[in-house]
Amino acid sequence: MNGPQDVGGAHGFGPVVPEPNEPVFHDDWETLAFALSILMGPCGFWSIDRSRYFRETLPHPDYYTLTYYGIWLEALERLVADVGIHERTPPPKRVLRGAEVRPTLAAGFPYDRPGPAPRFGVGAAVRVRPMNPAHHNRAPRYLRGKTGWVTRVHGIHVFPDTSAQNAGEAPTALYTIAFDAKDLWGEDTTAGRVHADLFEPYLDAV
Amino acid sequence: MSGDHSHLSEMDVRVRALKSLLVEKGYVTEDAIDAIVDYYRDEVGPMNGARVVARAWADPAFEARLLENATAAIAELEIGGRAGEHMVALKNTPTVHHMVVCTLCSCYPWPVLGLPPTWYKTPAYRAKVVADPRGVLDDFGVTLPPDVRIDVFDSTAEVRYLVIPMRPEGTDGWDEARLANLVTRDAMIGTALATAPA
Repeated sequence: MNGPQDVGGAHGFGPVVPEPNEPVFHDDWETLAFALSILMGPCGFWSIDRSRYFRETLPHPDYYTLTYYGIWLEALERLVADVGIHERTPPPKRVLRGAEVRPTLAAGFPYDRPGPAPRFGVGAAVRVRPMNPAHHNRAPRYLRGKTGWVTRVHGIHVFPDTSAQNAGEAPTALYTIAFDAKDLWGEDTTAGRVHADLFEPYLDAV
Repeated sequence: MSGDHSHLSEMDVRVRALKSLLVEKGYVTEDAIDAIVDYYRDEVGPMNGARVVARAWADPAFEARLLENATAAIAELEIGGRAGEHMVALKNTPTVHHMVVCTLCSCYPWPVLGLPPTWYKTPAYRAKVVADPRGVLDDFGVTLPPDVRIDVFDSTAEVRYLVIPMRPEGTDGWDEARLANLVTRDAMIGTALATAPA
């Protein structure tokens, strides 16, 4: 979706300003917003893709003025409301107890799945499909319609578009695609190449 | 807003209300909250990535495995997990410099770098680096020779990237622990170079 999150190439946000000796968390509420967001994952009420969708559907002024954990908190409140947790208590898939947190996070949650063989091989020329879906999507606007080539085949992964809509994981091939920066920005770039990880349904053979 | 410092902010009130609800429903426990905060504040951070880079500098066979299958190579150091399930290492050379971003959100390799700094999550960085990486390097006070090609990686899926900066001159014979002190978080994102030895 063309939400406020899709900012690649936009002007007007000013310089990047690093904070010296930045702490991991700035405020107690940020710490708690982070912890709740992560701990609700294993409950299984929504996928990571759906949580991203709820972040990028915030009103633009909110998205650009909240801190990042503010965006997470807003989205978490809306996810909880979407599932109806205020009114009922749906059974969780899993609740992490204190002693399970570390080993579970250290094991991770892989996104590769069995699925159909990749259609493209390394070196294949591909074009990102022109598209403008209203749903969650991971093909940034600045790459749509652009031509690049496959540099890596990552195997078969969960497809964010369907996962975010509660429409299943629909596993599909994931590739790293390289683009010549001049094909994206003309002369207005200091990059050599830009790479992105794109799913097979976003790509056409050239 | 009230000038009374005991007054909770709106965000404090909201997150506490949400926590109460989720604890009452049995989805979240107090001890799990403490455990996750301790884990990401104290155990997971750029010191992990620095160990990976230092080993790659010191051990060419490890570096080869890292470039071939970064997830497996990093696991040799007992590092891995959430937001690092599918790792790729990008080796800087005298002719190619890598920089990593997530233009669509804040994807970042947590097991090796910890939670991302605020600047990494800002629209300023996400918007600028894919078109003008040298402008971003200027913001960080870094200048690269004009003939170095800058390759930007936009983390748009669940693959996470670790930049292997170039090993500084004057470090021959250094052991891994000493080398790791030269590897900063920003060097592993690509907005800095490894620290030159003093």
